[in-house]
Amino acid sequence: MTEDNMIQVENLTKMFGDFTAVNNISFEVGKGEVFGFLGANGAGKTTAMKMLIGISEPTHGNATVAGYNVLTHAEHVKRNIGYMSQRFSLYNDLTIKENIVFFGGIYGLSSADIKEKSQAMINELGLHDMADSLVGSLPLGWKQKVAFSVAMLHNPKIIFLDEPTGGVDPITRRQFWEMIYMEANRGVTIFVTTHYMDEAEYCDRVSIMVAGKIEALDTPKNLKRQFQVDSMNQVFLKLARNIE
Amino acid sequence: MSIILNNISKSYNKVKAVDDISFEVKPGELFGLIGPDGAGKTTLFRILTTLLIQDKGNATVAGYDVLKQYKDIRNHVGYMPGRFSLYQDLTVEENLNFFATIFGTTIAENYDLIKDIYVQIEPFKDRRAGKLSGGMKQKLALSCALIHKPKVLFLDEPTTGVDPVSRKEFWEMLKRLQQKDITILVSTPYMDEAELCDRIALITNGKILQINTPGAIIASFPKKIFKVRSFNTYKLIEDLRIYPDTHSAYPFGEYLHFTPKSEAFRPMDLTKYLEERQHKEIEVKETVATIEDTFMDLSKANE
Repeated sequence: MTEDNMIQVENLTKMFGDFTAVNNISFEVGKGEVFGFLGANGAGKTTAMKMLIGISEPTHGNATVAGYNVLTHAEHVKRNIGYMSQRFSLYNDLTIKENIVFFGGIYGLSSADIKEKSQAMINELGLHDMADSLVGSLPLGWKQKVAFSVAMLHNPKIIFLDEPTGGVDPITRRQFWEMIYMEANRGVTIFVTTHYMDEAEYCDRVSIMVAGKIEALDTPKNLKRQFQVDSMNQVFLKLARNIE
Repeated sequence: MSIILNNISKSYNKVKAVDDISFEVKPGELFGLIGPDGAGKTTLFRILTTLLIQDKGNATVAGYDVLKQYKDIRNHVGYMPGRFSLYQDLTVEENLNFFATIFGTTIAENYDLIKDIYVQIEPFKDRRAGKLSGGMKQKLALSCALIHKPKVLFLDEPTTGVDPVSRKEFWEMLKRLQQKDITILVSTPYMDEAELCDRIALITNGKILQINTPGAIIASFPKKIFKVRSFNTYKLIEDLRIYPDTHSAYPFGEYLHFTPKSEAFRPMDLTKYLEERQHKEIEVKETVATIEDTFMDLSKANE
């Protein structure tokens, strides 16, 4: 593994009974890279991601995330990554501030640190008027922006984003991507799944999973050239259709 | 008209979920409600399917008033809510049978209507609904919503969270249903699906921004729009934000979509500006607006 690789995956496999959900996948992701992890529903993305964040044990193969082996050092992995999904992100019945304090505590930050970070975050997101409102009352797009910042509270080297923008309005969706770019520019590695194919174009590299395997992995530009089409949407349709 | 809404409003506490909305859907039309989460789409669906009572205004579905004739409406519409709402512990066939029986019909009687969709899940008819994959659940839900041969079909975000391949297949199914004289009202947060509808309403914060055919909405985009690209997209966004002639600059796939403030804007001026800022592989070209450009432009103007 080179020093710059934040994720190194070798022959990673996960079986449930005789069903192979993830079938011998290998790839690496560099520091500060925006890596798009695409695939159809049921292709094995979530299973693969669960192994990478240390909450599911691989059946075969190896993965190193932020320098730690996901099997032998799962706790270290968890401490060095951020994770955010569309389904579970923040507590709706707590205010924005309370959520920050809660998750800051979970990540083991000192109270001084939490205070400083929450102030910085409220300033950066322009949340002064909303800091004491319940998260449940925020529009989805705002929730997702706050959730992203909360997942970054402990300065992780990598952040995993599982469909972070599903259902979010088009303007906020783009603001969200600007936050992603900003973090990547600071050297944070971004691992993101999405069903919006325009968002696939924003990634440095994209992998496409089909039936448990990675069937394509390259920059959006090269993938479009390889499949002789002019959008990632067409790349996706071509790949997933052909296999079926 | 299959669906008529006149000045419909609905608030939850102080939040106006639907704010004075009026529109009509013609018989046999595939009509799309396009807007993000929280726009008010589900509230509208619930009012039209008689599951929620509006605060103001009136509406009819298939000629029946949503308040006075709610029972008639329930017999003549199919409704597929955003959340999977079939019985997880019943099998595929049991679910379908259940819904057929409730509406006083049988699977055999209307099999023709659902055949296209149902054959794809029929091999799993003895499997419990809770054990189906997302795509199969969706097909079962659609079959159940159709089994009593409704006049109007309501589909609330049927493709949210669904991958592009399954989404495409789902829209192909809708097009075939439309041929069978069913009026379809469908909502989606995916702007690219808007172009597959006969007419669409762009909706945000409980209000309608525009109603028309997708083509007319695109043609009504009021500004010149350019696609801009350079080697470093992040820097490009930052530099376009501070460019004096920028009205809007949004990432759009591999390009940014840029609209200028001034009528006199020339692409070469922007190219020069970007060159001065050390951008490489610069491309500035006039392009055609999409539904999403229109949506963003209208919601920006509405703020």
